[in-house]
Amino acid sequence: MAEGQTSPGSADMAIDVRDLRMRYGTRDVLTGVSFTARRGEVLALLGPNGAGKSTTIEILEGFRTRSAGQVTVLGQDPARGDEAWRARLGVVLQSWRDHGRWRVRELLGYLARFYVPYSTPDVTRPWDIDDLLAVVGLTEQANQKAKNLSGGQRRRLDVAIGIVGRPELVFLDEPTAGFDPHARREFHDLVHRLSDFENTTVLLTTHDLDEAERLADRILILDQGAIVANGSADELARQMATSAEVRWTVDGRRHVHAAERNDPTAFVRDLLAAEPGITELEVRRASLEDTYMALVHSAEAGRGAAGSRDVAGSRGAAGGRSAARNTDSEVHS
Amino acid sequence: MTTTTSEARRVAVRAGLVRGLLEARQSLREPGDVLWYFLMPLVFAVVLIFMRGTTVPGTDFALGAMVLPSILGMSIAFGGLTGPAGMIATEREDGTLLRAKATPNGMIGYLVGKTILFGTTTLISTALLVIPGFTVAGDLRLDARTWAMLAGIFVMGLVTTVPVGVALGSLFKNASQTGLLLLGSMVLMVPSGIFYPITALPAWLQWIGQVFPYYWLGLGARSAMLPAEMAAAEIGGSWRTLEMFGVLGAWAVVGFIVAPVVLRRMARRASGAAVAEARDRVMAQGW
Repeated sequence: MAEGQTSPGSADMAIDVRDLRMRYGTRDVLTGVSFTARRGEVLALLGPNGAGKSTTIEILEGFRTRSAGQVTVLGQDPARGDEAWRARLGVVLQSWRDHGRWRVRELLGYLARFYVPYSTPDVTRPWDIDDLLAVVGLTEQANQKAKNLSGGQRRRLDVAIGIVGRPELVFLDEPTAGFDPHARREFHDLVHRLSDFENTTVLLTTHDLDEAERLADRILILDQGAIVANGSADELARQMATSAEVRWTVDGRRHVHAAERNDPTAFVRDLLAAEPGITELEVRRASLEDTYMALVHSAEAGRGAAGSRDVAGSRGAAGGRSAARNTDSEVHS
Repeated sequence: MTTTTSEARRVAVRAGLVRGLLEARQSLREPGDVLWYFLMPLVFAVVLIFMRGTTVPGTDFALGAMVLPSILGMSIAFGGLTGPAGMIATEREDGTLLRAKATPNGMIGYLVGKTILFGTTTLISTALLVIPGFTVAGDLRLDARTWAMLAGIFVMGLVTTVPVGVALGSLFKNASQTGLLLLGSMVLMVPSGIFYPITALPAWLQWIGQVFPYYWLGLGARSAMLPAEMAAAEIGGSWRTLEMFGVLGAWAVVGFIVAPVVLRRMARRASGAAVAEARDRVMAQGW
């Protein structure tokens, strides 16, 4: 009651980051990162190597002390988070070979013990081990030693460890590195289950754009220590003026047009009216990868002006760049 | 709130007990570890073969019988120093410590577990000295006082060495530097009067030996297991029991002051990025 007044919105806000800065010596790793995550939201943090993804996530996890800025995670400052706060967090690390001698069930059972005192009427902690094993698909490996698991199985064990305490918020640092497509699909189902049925907030980092698109309600693109884009995959794609490509064939010649605005419909209508002989018409939305590459490039080109740019806000910087590409081109089929 | 906190800590201590017993069991099933437990008994057996018929200078007491308690004291220190140092250095890199940090009260569980583990494994490796030890048992003084003294020295030895070992392990840049500690321990055997009476060494070596816990733990074990008249072969012709507990106590105090500081500093550094860095290095170099 009184707590709700001191930090407004904390009830439905899992993460609130404002102007987060991190400096190692003279090197600025984060230069003013701001974003929020509502409860139950799945956020993907994308960005090239060295963009500051891991630093950001480690500050939120309470493993790293920030240089400046305001950070609130589940209502507490991670730098001063106590053990009760920690019990509500799940952390899936990038590590890969700890507790190698432990059997899967032993390890989960051991870690589960720590969460028992933090069980509440709303959230029964920890997760039942058999259920958890089934959820991550490790039932058959329950009695195997961790060091004998395959890469994908080991990663699923890491995820199981991260969620064994039924966290309200899970951090996943490159969760699917080394997964085969099947394991990846199953992992995606697991994340959907966490957010849909458990109302768990998820913040994940990934290199895989396709994965971000599939999983995340919202994507943050971090580049050189600042957020250069923040929105759903669709919003990000629409942010770029080159969001669609129209291809068609007339008289055996293949044409490509990068649509000028978000909606290529008008262009196609005009095109069909003007050219009755059109075949093989194809309208292709830009993939998230196109958007991502364009955003990172434009951020690097316009460094200095580039801060946190909201999707709904400006489109100027990207629009100017794409004008050069906005011409019809001919391709022989 | 506070009841929850203390309850949660009790739960963590109990989880630590489980951890210690599980890891001790895992260790006993690991051939590499089991070989390691047999190291000191093996060293002693070899020493006995070479020392057949040799006596402590100036007496007719078998040198081998003097070496047994010395090695016993030595292996307590050895287990307490190198075990935790190697463990901390390794588990900082493989993510185990980070896992403990990510778990509520996980560090409590971790430290309790490791205490149980090293207590158990050190006890096993010293107990195994019985195997070659029975050959010299006739020369030893074994009575109730012996076992009481040995139990005291065992506990004192771990209290003295484990914090120092933890601090050293935290200072190492990577796990492979633990080998240096092993080497250093071996070198320190010489001035610590383990294989030969310290009184036979030059005075400056005696002083070096008397700085470190190896000498004092060996001396303590000798005072527990050797006949009273053998004190004549020691510095000052005495077991110097008070000095022994004094020096070991000083090491314990230093260890308990330094270790938490170093451990905290190291734990802050043990971030995911550091783990990833270690992984990349291991992948690139193969160690």
